[in-house]
Amino acid sequence: MNLKLKIWRQKNAAQKGKFETYSLQEVSPEMSFLQMLDYLNDQLIAKGDEPVHFDHDCREGICGSCGLYINGRPHGPLRNTTTCELHMREFKEGSTIVIEPWRSKSFPVIKDLVVDRTAFDKIIQAGGFVNTNTGVAQDANTTPINKIVSDRAFDAAVCVGCGACVAACKNSSAMLFVAAKVSQMAMLPQGKVEAADRVEKMVHEMDEQGFGFCSNTYGCEFDCPKGISVEFIAQMNREFFSARVCKQNHS
Amino acid sequence: MTKLDSKIPKGPLADKWSNYKSSLRLVNPANKKKLDVIVVGSGLAGASAASSLGELGYNVKVFCFQDSPRRAHSVAAQGGINAAKNYKNDGDSVYRLFHDMIKGGDFRAREANVYRAAEVSNLVIDHFTAMGVPFARDYGGGLDTRSFGGVQVSRTFYAKGQTGQQCLLGTYSSLSRQVAKGTVTMYSRRDMLDVVIVEGKARGIIVRNLLTGEIEKYSAHAVVLATGGYGTVFYLSTLALGSNSSAAWAAHKKGALFANPSFIQIHPTSIPVLNDYQSKLTLMSESLRNDGRVWVPAQKDEKRHPNEIPEEERDYYLERRYPAFGNLVPRDVASRAAKERCDAGYGVGDTGLSVYLDFKDAINKHGKKVIEDKYGNLFEMYEKITGINPYNEPMRIYPAGHYTMGGLWVDYNLMTTIPGLFAIGESNFSDHGANRLGASSLMQCSGDGYFILPYTLSDYLADEIKTPRFSTDSEEFQQSEKQVEERIQKIMAVNGTQTVTSFHKRLGKILWDHCGMVRNAEGLKKGIEKLDALEEEFWKEVKVPGSADEFNQELEKALRVADFFEVGRLMCYDALDRDESCGAHFRDEYQTGQGEAKRNDAEYAHVSAWGYQGHKQEPQLHKEPLVFENVELKERSYK
Repeated sequence: MNLKLKIWRQKNAAQKGKFETYSLQEVSPEMSFLQMLDYLNDQLIAKGDEPVHFDHDCREGICGSCGLYINGRPHGPLRNTTTCELHMREFKEGSTIVIEPWRSKSFPVIKDLVVDRTAFDKIIQAGGFVNTNTGVAQDANTTPINKIVSDRAFDAAVCVGCGACVAACKNSSAMLFVAAKVSQMAMLPQGKVEAADRVEKMVHEMDEQGFGFCSNTYGCEFDCPKGISVEFIAQMNREFFSARVCKQNHS
Repeated sequence: MTKLDSKIPKGPLADKWSNYKSSLRLVNPANKKKLDVIVVGSGLAGASAASSLGELGYNVKVFCFQDSPRRAHSVAAQGGINAAKNYKNDGDSVYRLFHDMIKGGDFRAREANVYRAAEVSNLVIDHFTAMGVPFARDYGGGLDTRSFGGVQVSRTFYAKGQTGQQCLLGTYSSLSRQVAKGTVTMYSRRDMLDVVIVEGKARGIIVRNLLTGEIEKYSAHAVVLATGGYGTVFYLSTLALGSNSSAAWAAHKKGALFANPSFIQIHPTSIPVLNDYQSKLTLMSESLRNDGRVWVPAQKDEKRHPNEIPEEERDYYLERRYPAFGNLVPRDVASRAAKERCDAGYGVGDTGLSVYLDFKDAINKHGKKVIEDKYGNLFEMYEKITGINPYNEPMRIYPAGHYTMGGLWVDYNLMTTIPGLFAIGESNFSDHGANRLGASSLMQCSGDGYFILPYTLSDYLADEIKTPRFSTDSEEFQQSEKQVEERIQKIMAVNGTQTVTSFHKRLGKILWDHCGMVRNAEGLKKGIEKLDALEEEFWKEVKVPGSADEFNQELEKALRVADFFEVGRLMCYDALDRDESCGAHFRDEYQTGQGEAKRNDAEYAHVSAWGYQGHKQEPQLHKEPLVFENVELKERSYK
């Protein structure tokens, strides 16, 4: 198939970027989206041009490195699919594909389609863990956990940290990302102990990093490649308010 | 030949580690703060080591090439993590796990190391659970397990088909906690390009800052490599595209011996190559063989749709050849059996290079819901890539390069032959012999990082408490930096006409053909010649656009591929030297009447540890004899 690509090119964080248009011939529908970009890059290199930079690594939908804004949607047209899992059979012959980086103040562009997502690491550092040291654990089966609860914690824990939720949200909110970790930990007995403290710290850091407030449009859930539910945002809000109320009662 | 001292403690196998641990020296808390440790790699091994060392109070610096430590390729491990908990009451024990691994590795691993890995496996599961890793549970609320290849007990803990992700994210959480506490400093988007040796000890590293292109120097009292395997040498593999051998290779060039480089696991169940632009192969977890049955048509050149081929015209060749283990034979055996059928003309798909993995019977027996609960994400992944729904028709699979049992030689302390340079996880060679059993790599990585290295490294550092922090201005650091810069300039200056990837593809093809699932002396020699010629062409024709002092992904690739030529050559030398078949190393000159691997214990019951003698110079072989006191060496039979 033959395609027209409009790709965001930006030399570095300091310079202004712009769209460049490329024609690409003989794209196989069996190619993955990133293979299609590899194919474009081969041609650019052959012509002596600089290839398009984009983050990618595992290419099987689990590392969360890749994330392109394709035709106005994070990770492109398919639901529950990362960019690397998307295949060209989803596009029509002769179509124009617009490819951009994530757009968010908290994810500054580094080069072309690569953005800086360290804000997410900072949020996890603020409290996305259980305060336990190596060596203190008791036997893993000492504390039974209801299977439904444990499965639900898993559903939250599948977040790959790609940032699609932020890119999908008109407020650039990171609520789904934060809620997934807060909820996973709050549901499990191991994480429950510090649930109140954790949610306050993580939400505070989320604000510090400049992410906006929830837009209530559910765009994050719709475009999350792991299908994480906005119900976890509701859960996080409950955790947050109950933490606040408990604190007031104590003081 | 130097005599390699593996430093295996004396005493009965089951007591070695606990006795040894008690004898290791400690560093007092006030001194720990003054000691710096560099950890390269942030996967399960690196992040678990770094967080544990941080908890102990050392000053740790962690480096990774990804934008975040959470992306390291441990994240992609699917099926599970082994432990000898015996929660199923099915006769499991530390000894049984040890025995399965020794046998699975075809008697080419060190007894003491393997026993220790089995021993700490239970602590690993406890620790992950305490960190909030949501492993699968049964209705009573206890942890569930499943079976994996090469064993007859159910000891594999899992979190759907995303066990690696859940374990890595747990470890990433504990690493993040230490970053917040200030004991660990994280340096992401850095490629390690050299290790710096001062007065015979590893004292630091040289890295390239991938965003700015700057060459940076870091010093420490000890350096830990947790840089994974070199499976991407094949170009097409199940690994992440960024996975590479450059850090381990830099250490090798500086004097660290490289052990059993030709022991590479070819995983039997990968989605086959679908087109010429394929950049990677996606694994379908071994756990699928719990319920999936592997078959090919009984007739050659079968053109019918798999669903139309009746039962009696199907050849369930694993069940036929290995009735005792059936579809759950170890990976090396399953891979070779698939290759044998395809080479004989029974393969399916356009290329004839694939076999079926069929869930029809399991779905009929247990219902779709049960299968979906166990493998839902894998089935979805398969459908996204191939466009075929595996609930309705069989998957097509074929072997692909996966895991490297070989790696840097380490002693019982996990220290390489360079004092102060440690290697953990997949980057070392120690625990899997000639073939790794499924679900034991997450186990080994976390065991190394959480429960072994913190003890042995402390013992090493006990001698370093009087060594002050040192500057990176010394002659040795500058020398290393200069070499790295020169190499980068050299590669940029080639300015040829062919892309880095085109070379990597050709390199991978040479190794796949000559040093893949089946090898022979003639082919290996030819492989070395072809590698030499291709390497020469690389240094004349490769094109790296842009400049070295900026974010340049082609340059990153070029530096990695440049090392792969040398790694590939060493693999061939090792395979050529080992005149036997064992585990994943199958020389067609050495096989039994039934086509199984034929070991030569009299001459090859040793670890082959290779020393670097210079570019294109024949490497020097050092042998570490393997002594088996607790298991009987037998032909490995799964029949």
